[in-house]
Amino acid sequence: MLTLLVVGLFGLRGSLSRKPPLEVFPDMDRQPKLRPMEPNRFFANGISSQPLVEGTVARSKPVTDLAGQKVHPFQVDHPVNSGRVAGSTNYLELTPLSVSREVVARGRERYGISCVPCHGDLGDGQGMVTRLGVGMAAANLHDPTIVRMTDGQLYRTVSFGSKEGAGVMKGYAANVDVADRWAIVAYVRALQSSKLASLDELKIHEAAKPGTVPAALFQPLKN
Amino acid sequence: MSNIFPKWTNRLPLLVLAGGLLLGGGVVTGVTYYFTPKYTNVGYQPLQPVSFSHKIHAGELGMDCRYCHNGVEKSWFSNIPAASTCMNCHSVVLKDDLRLAPIRESHEKQTPVPWVQIHKTPDYVYFNHSVHVNRGISCVHCHGKINEMDEVRHEKTLSMAFCLDCHRTAHEKIRPLEQVYNLNWKSDGFTPEREGRALAGKLGVEGSTSCSVCHR
Repeated sequence: MLTLLVVGLFGLRGSLSRKPPLEVFPDMDRQPKLRPMEPNRFFANGISSQPLVEGTVARSKPVTDLAGQKVHPFQVDHPVNSGRVAGSTNYLELTPLSVSREVVARGRERYGISCVPCHGDLGDGQGMVTRLGVGMAAANLHDPTIVRMTDGQLYRTVSFGSKEGAGVMKGYAANVDVADRWAIVAYVRALQSSKLASLDELKIHEAAKPGTVPAALFQPLKN
Repeated sequence: MSNIFPKWTNRLPLLVLAGGLLLGGGVVTGVTYYFTPKYTNVGYQPLQPVSFSHKIHAGELGMDCRYCHNGVEKSWFSNIPAASTCMNCHSVVLKDDLRLAPIRESHEKQTPVPWVQIHKTPDYVYFNHSVHVNRGISCVHCHGKINEMDEVRHEKTLSMAFCLDCHRTAHEKIRPLEQVYNLNWKSDGFTPEREGRALAGKLGVEGSTSCSVCHR
């Protein structure tokens, strides 16, 4: 009887509840310190993670460009950050960072996180969101107008959105680091060249390893 | 001088003892059953301001966890995405849907969406997300199969015993780094004893149980 009463009142372990967890011995479980993204009454807007004050310089790891120069994120006009030739609005022709096998691999991973939902594994614009048919039609990265874009323009599209922010695609500057954005550009170039390679280039591949095509080209992005 | 106490009082000490044992046993059972995160934490499923479904986004659409929680590899804290991240798609997809009104309002007015935090370690626990996900510990170990939940609920206890269990047997939980965000990963051919121990050794995973690893 008593057991039934108690279970009736308090339920079983693991039963769903809308009420916040009980803290049986709440010794210092909750301290009056700031934790990210929690409400906080100290500030008028009630947010603990305040928006950055204008002119705030983020503590950051600099990116090293091809010239060996260290570039910080706050140097917003530097070609590495802006994707533009210094002192002009022209796009950089080529990526200002060194590109290696590791960088392309990193680009592939980052592309898989942020780009695949719309542009698809192959870059043909047939990502899941496009295929759902809910009004989103992502660009085919093998489209000649995109293939002809310079690295700088691709970088700016990844960072600030298509058509400098006026297009459908939004910018990913807040979500993806500068070096990762350039890595994504490098991987997009690799994707594009997979469809543009000439027969002669393929023959070079075959000559290197007779009768085989590098297996790495055919590994799926994710299981 | 006779019969001040009726005869049944002879059994009183026995009755007190039996009653005490029964009551004590009941209280002990109750405390054991209820005074634990297995009861207090597990099953917590608050009502969120927006009925966001992880099942649709992470499960059916197959989006990577890091599309939204992009800080998880770099920070001790796994961030809730800004409304602008939602608007990357929802400025086109379901752009006038009523369910997304709080997101649009947050995006326009730059005010936070009042999401309710579900998984909360005590403030004296210094859990670090990046340390775990960058060393082969998957989201699924602490959060459960989020990709199958329409509404997120507290699935694991996140008690101290829960942390220590894993710290003592990290090689059983560790997985290849590229599978950390694949919550459906099956460990085919990846055995804890061989591959698990080898990977733990390679990544320098010690799974220390020293107090100062988590408390400082």
